[in-house]
Amino acid sequence: MSERSGVDRRGFLRCMAWTGTGLLWSVSGGVLSSQTIGAAEAQSATATFSFAQISDTHIGFKGEANRDAMATFEAAIARIKALDPKPAFLIHTGDITHGQKAGAFDVAREALKGTGIERTFYVPGEHDVFADGGTEYLDRFASGRPGRGWQSFDYGGVHFVGLVNVLTYKAGGLGSLGTEQLEWLERDVSGLSASTPVVVFAHVPLWAVYPQWGWVTDDGEQALGYLKRFGSVTVLNGHIHQIMQKVEGNVTFHTARSTAFPQPAPGAAPSPGPMKVPVETLRGVLGIREVTYAPGRNRLAVVEGSLA
Amino acid sequence: MKASKPMIVAVVTVAALLLATGKPASAQETGARIEIKAHSFETPELTVPTGTTVTWINHDDDSHTVTSTANVFRSPGLDTDETYAYTFTRPGTYEYYCTLHPMMTGKVIVRSPS
Repeated sequence: MSERSGVDRRGFLRCMAWTGTGLLWSVSGGVLSSQTIGAAEAQSATATFSFAQISDTHIGFKGEANRDAMATFEAAIARIKALDPKPAFLIHTGDITHGQKAGAFDVAREALKGTGIERTFYVPGEHDVFADGGTEYLDRFASGRPGRGWQSFDYGGVHFVGLVNVLTYKAGGLGSLGTEQLEWLERDVSGLSASTPVVVFAHVPLWAVYPQWGWVTDDGEQALGYLKRFGSVTVLNGHIHQIMQKVEGNVTFHTARSTAFPQPAPGAAPSPGPMKVPVETLRGVLGIREVTYAPGRNRLAVVEGSLA
Repeated sequence: MKASKPMIVAVVTVAALLLATGKPASAQETGARIEIKAHSFETPELTVPTGTTVTWINHDDDSHTVTSTANVFRSPGLDTDETYAYTFTRPGTYEYYCTLHPMMTGKVIVRSPS
């Protein structure tokens, strides 16, 4: 874990300055939270809502680390269906399929209807685009959208941004967003009030989790630069098949579990491949996530749910 | 799965070698293997004569690809124990990587037989 328990001085001073502009900050367990007061409240949500995150479902995986990845995927769907209150929508942070085999995207989409949630927002993982450079994924999940699959939307006073950092993988390289997407992001958030809570979701972590294994987005810092002025930024990633959290200023980073197989902690194995664990403990290291936003509390509550 | 057209070229090349030298060319003389293990190409740099068919075999639990950086060859996703073969008919340096794990890189250097 590279979680930081404190707030650096610069971050703290920035927040203090904000108290004069309508936001009251508190520090709780190293994670900043704020309460909107006065005029800022008008731009906030009026009701609490939650959404769910599922990640790295790897439809088609049949390796030793999980001989029945479809069964654990189904268990994850049941887990989401049981969430109360019902999530407003679902976010899939990529690696929908394992080998991009024919029909795999359909299997995932059909099965996810079992959650009872009408809307799922997707971003691709490298396993969804490696075989054809993203043609099928973009055709199915991003048709009619400008750019190459990136998106943003507003829900309940929160601004959501889905970024794509797996389409420009190069030899020796890492996750990357690219100039066109960065310019789009800068424009996308430029008109928002700094008190708007922002949720960013993307497959590969936007922070340097472990560059030796490619667990980093090389231009992620630039993207985060456009979000620095916001009082509450929550970054949700997948890719590394394990939970990690990091707090940096007003940005909270979370990586998610997979529903298919776990991966080793950074540097804990010779390579980042699927990690074999005793069968009886497998479901305990797979899972889904519920995220709740409450008006007046800019810190989003993140609850991890294992499949055990 | 296998690159069928280059394979035909390899057969022709072997036939030409037979004609030129009068000696039978065994499959071993025109074949080479690269093992994929623990997220790496075990022979990251391999030098072979033209006409060599290189076969990559994936021993990992994870999928990998063998993809030329210059788009000369491109394997599908290789699951555990799956192989991909490509026959190199022209001299040159062929760099490749795994599109799923771009940290994994390798090169095949192809030389004309002297």
